[in-house]
Amino acid sequence: MSRLKKITESAERLGRKLLIPYLVAGDPDNSRTVALMHSLVKSGADIIELGIPFSDPSSDGPVIQRAVERSLARGTSLKDTFEIVSEFRQLDTSTPVVLMGYLNPLEIMGYDVFVERALLADVDGVLIVDMPPRESGELRDKLQKAEIDTIFLVAPTTKKSRAKDIIQRTSGYLYYVSLKGVTGAAITEQESVSEKLEELRALTKLPIVIGFGIKDEESARSMAKLADGVVVGSALVERIGSLNAEGFNQNNIDGCTDIIKAMREAINDLD
Amino acid sequence: MSRVKASSFDGPDESGHFGPYGGAFVGETLIAAVEELDAVYSKLGKDPEFWAKFDRDLKSYVGRPSPLYLAKRLTAHCGGAKIYLKREDLNHTGAHKVNNTIGQALLAKHMGKSRIIAETGAGQHGVASATVAARLGMECHVYMGAEDIVRQAPNVYRMKLLGANVISVDSGSRTLKDALNEALRDWASNVDNTYYIIGTVAGPHPYPKMVRDFQSVIGREARAQALDEFNRLPDALVACVGGGSNAIGLFYPFLEDDEVEMYGVEAGGKGIESGRHAAPLNDGVPGVLHGNRTYLMVDDNGQIKETHSVSAGLDYPGVGPEHSWLKDVKRVNYVSATDDEAMEAFHLLTRLEGIIPALESSHAVAYAMRLAEKMGASKKLVINLSGRGDKDIETVAKIEGITL
Repeated sequence: MSRLKKITESAERLGRKLLIPYLVAGDPDNSRTVALMHSLVKSGADIIELGIPFSDPSSDGPVIQRAVERSLARGTSLKDTFEIVSEFRQLDTSTPVVLMGYLNPLEIMGYDVFVERALLADVDGVLIVDMPPRESGELRDKLQKAEIDTIFLVAPTTKKSRAKDIIQRTSGYLYYVSLKGVTGAAITEQESVSEKLEELRALTKLPIVIGFGIKDEESARSMAKLADGVVVGSALVERIGSLNAEGFNQNNIDGCTDIIKAMREAINDLD
Repeated sequence: MSRVKASSFDGPDESGHFGPYGGAFVGETLIAAVEELDAVYSKLGKDPEFWAKFDRDLKSYVGRPSPLYLAKRLTAHCGGAKIYLKREDLNHTGAHKVNNTIGQALLAKHMGKSRIIAETGAGQHGVASATVAARLGMECHVYMGAEDIVRQAPNVYRMKLLGANVISVDSGSRTLKDALNEALRDWASNVDNTYYIIGTVAGPHPYPKMVRDFQSVIGREARAQALDEFNRLPDALVACVGGGSNAIGLFYPFLEDDEVEMYGVEAGGKGIESGRHAAPLNDGVPGVLHGNRTYLMVDDNGQIKETHSVSAGLDYPGVGPEHSWLKDVKRVNYVSATDDEAMEAFHLLTRLEGIIPALESSHAVAYAMRLAEKMGASKKLVINLSGRGDKDIETVAKIEGITL
């Protein structure tokens, strides 16, 4: 059974909401990314989304753009991203890691090499924001053969017929985008999120998580109520941004991930 | 040169592919918007009334048809083929860009959108977008790289005069590609009431097809004018290629005419071998950026490289997907001209013909001069003079150490 399936099924059994932090590989540097990942798990993360830095992150808001620029300024590549996962795996073989990013670095590396390295690094899932299901055939087939999950987004603008199509191609979990906009913006239409989640529920048994715009305990709690879990990106990445000038310091790293600990507590008593 | 059959030029397919290129690679939030646009354009694009209205606007507002002008002194200077200029510089707002914004504004209005956004490099597309927005009384926001705002100050002021809000983009390389990223973010955030006017034949389907269709008026006119003027088709067409909208506009109506050679001139910057250029078709690889698969300038890790060109309008690391396809099937020759060659051509055309060309178009002039020399006096060559150079005089003066 895949790691993602194991985690999501046990969460369902225990009535535990999934907490999925996102951070950018190589921000502020590779070794601190690994330390942050371990610290996130200690703080209550169930799954980690690791961002592959790309020079033109057109679906991301300013916080993640700056993180990507910090990472790229140090020359972090897709290869480094795999090395970060491999290093993380030396101490943690149970937490699923999902790579999230844009298609071009994969195109340049070549899909075969990408999948081979993802297998070697023991990656669990891949989410490419600018690869719609219609264009995903070749990569998805290769990932499927390697038993790596392909995760797709559903947005507020996604029509029901299209949502069905997306669900058919999705494994692991379904990622619902809470707002019309970029990462880190504010959620304004909670009612429509609730309606959309009900619609999606009727279409699939896949776990559904909500992301974009979850920035504190309150928004984590209100969104987790509606779904099987939440993804937290910009709020965490903003804190990681403050690490930039410092050397390695475990207290500072745990200080960044405190927000995840607080969110864990805020969503723990929901069922 | 081996050529594919004419039927290969019927692209794109239903989902926007030109061979392996094109497609619609955008985030899920924007998929519904590009699908809606595709549906609307598929329907309107077949409506003769829509095209009649487009043609009326081009005639009465843009001033079309633009002349096909025989450049006698330039021809004599080169001593070869007769050189004709397709005078897109004479259009209202000073470049070919307005052909496309007229068409897309009709669509925006038809779709009931109240807000227009656009990206711009040299500022020509921004001006053309602000112009149609003013004419229709629509709100207009133009994203422009901070670097380009400095390089193209007159156009920035022109957009402001037209009532547009010019937004400076400070991320990444602070040029056209970053303005495009920011426009995509805006579109995703305001997708309900916003129409995004992309300025070139790139972006997600249906933009490459749609912008080509609007710009093809250039080639259709040139074809009729050539037949009228010298009773046959030209032997060669030359146009500059950044995103490639003026080039595809000229080339497209001639693609099935085997006897017409075509040359797309990319920005060679400091020279292709220097790596400091904006010539993805000469020195790039296929990848995915800004909604389409196409030739790109990337590093080994798949990051988009910073580009260099003296002309802001060509300073872009990608190119329209149809050009990528036309390169692979060898229908169009993609060549380059350096900054220095373009500057020389800029001065030469100005002094020989009394026409100040845009620095973008000067790249086409530079290559065409080399080409004309090698062609016999009985041959005819058409250059797409895609824009006028008024916007560039500060840049040129600065390069030459002159303070205005």
